Amino acid sequence: MKRTLFNNRLLPWLLLAPQLAITFIFFLWPATQAIIQSFLRQDAFGLSTNFVGLANYRALMNSAQYMNSLQVTAVFAISVTVFSLLIALVMALAVDRMIRSARTYTTLLVWPYAVAPAVAGILWWFIFNPTIGILPYLLDMVGYNWNHLSSKRDAMTLVVVASVWKQISYNFLFFVAGLQAIPASLREAAAIDGAGPVRRFFDITFPLLSPTTFFLLVVNIVYAMFDTFAVIDATTQGGPAQATNILVYKVYFDGFIGQSMGSSSAQSVVLMAIVITLTVIQFRWIEKKVQY
Amino acid sequence: MIENRPFLNILAHLTLILGVAAVALPVWVAFVASTHPVSSLISGTVPLLPGPDLVKNYSRMLSSGVSTMGTPPVGLMMMNSLIMALAIAIGKIAISMTSAFAIVYFRFRFRMLAFWCIFITMMLPVEVRIVPTFKVVADLGMLNSYAGLSIPLIASATATFLFRQVFLTIPDELTEAARIDGAGPMKFFRDILLPLSRTNMAALFVILFIYGWNQYLWPLLITTDSSYYTIVAGIKRMADSVDGVPQWNLVMATAILAMLPPVLVVIFMQRLFVKGLVETEK
Repeated sequence: MKRTLFNNRLLPWLLLAPQLAITFIFFLWPATQAIIQSFLRQDAFGLSTNFVGLANYRALMNSAQYMNSLQVTAVFAISVTVFSLLIALVMALAVDRMIRSARTYTTLLVWPYAVAPAVAGILWWFIFNPTIGILPYLLDMVGYNWNHLSSKRDAMTLVVVASVWKQISYNFLFFVAGLQAIPASLREAAAIDGAGPVRRFFDITFPLLSPTTFFLLVVNIVYAMFDTFAVIDATTQGGPAQATNILVYKVYFDGFIGQSMGSSSAQSVVLMAIVITLTVIQFRWIEKKVQY
Repeated sequence: MIENRPFLNILAHLTLILGVAAVALPVWVAFVASTHPVSSLISGTVPLLPGPDLVKNYSRMLSSGVSTMGTPPVGLMMMNSLIMALAIAIGKIAISMTSAFAIVYFRFRFRMLAFWCIFITMMLPVEVRIVPTFKVVADLGMLNSYAGLSIPLIASATATFLFRQVFLTIPDELTEAARIDGAGPMKFFRDILLPLSRTNMAALFVILFIYGWNQYLWPLLITTDSSYYTIVAGIKRMADSVDGVPQWNLVMATAILAMLPPVLVVIFMQRLFVKGLVETEK
């Protein structure tokens, strides 16, 4: 809190005006529209609009496609989160041992952060291309016939790999920062007491890293649920047979291509509720850390 | 390192080398593909070493593009991406700084309400409210314009919070001294707050530039006129049109060009980048 302030009635509003204007026009107004729309239904010709209460939501809950999309999203988000966190943690632990080469390895590992998700999708799409890709060729030698255009599991693997590849760098940087924040004296004391590297990791490093891990867990779930839109659109476009149609892709698909506004709006509202929950969890965690 | 364990050191090096190689693999493959003539990419497997057509493929994409792909020259798309990324980064920093200044240094009615309005933008990612937002932008006649590409994306709760934190750490004595010397609020903002938050601005700029450059869904929806295509959104249109004769060498050249500017920013401004990343997430 500032003790010294400026007195002016108009100026603070002028300063806030651009931010608030954009927030109202492009955030709050559309979000309100989505909420209102989610209670309405248009007839087939767009001539009349009726208030239908919760019917759109009920239709959503009864829709096998939506339930499938929920399931797909869960599988996708958990896979992306677990794999990108695990790989990043292993890399961070390895870099933490390095003295002279730490910086070089870090540079060589962090740059994928800057690659657009859409471009990451295109790169892996090419590598996994069933006719000329390298990985299907290698997989063929061990007897696996890769085809993400027809196999649901292959398509899911493709989007998970592309999304994990993009996210490792981010998690890696936060794990490295977390590891550096652990006092060396703790690990030294444990080493003197005879604890080996594995024991030290599970008894000291990992527990002290848990705030970082929890924070990354939330961030990664948000990433997997929302920021991977471009990965999906650039590769599988939700297919084959809805196998990679995650919630955020379905909102877009139903709204723009399917033109079913009521359903798409109800889906938007459900997604907003999910983001709000995740953001609240994230901020509660930060409060906890401040008290630490 | 706590004790000398040569075996673990070798293991760590091996893990890292493997990791670096795995991370680099898709980009290497794309780069190699982009240096070959299209004939070596039609059947069989992709070659693993660069071919002879590096200059030819890249100069062709940059200057003229491929008419059948429905996208303008990559040079133009990169210019559009640059304009969008700069407008988003600078716009976000500018409006967030003034908002944070208002919230920290003034007491006025509905201050908390304004704060919460800004906060809520964090919870409404564009993917979630895409249909109604598109409608608003269409109604305002902002489709196919640089304003439409950038303005709807420049509200920023994270940047506002970051500057709020920075301003809160600036000692009150400075404000008092400035007031005694007769400086008004805007002079204080310009001569004291701006210079003191220069490194934060730079760090944030790096992150926001990458964010802006990598926008995908938004430019894809609101640009139908190909002269406004950005490269990240344009590459998708290219890949879509390759189903006839797949010109993978040209698509991959575009992919490399699309990732080059932000990747260079990360590599050469690594310290600012790490600072920005860690700060914006707090």
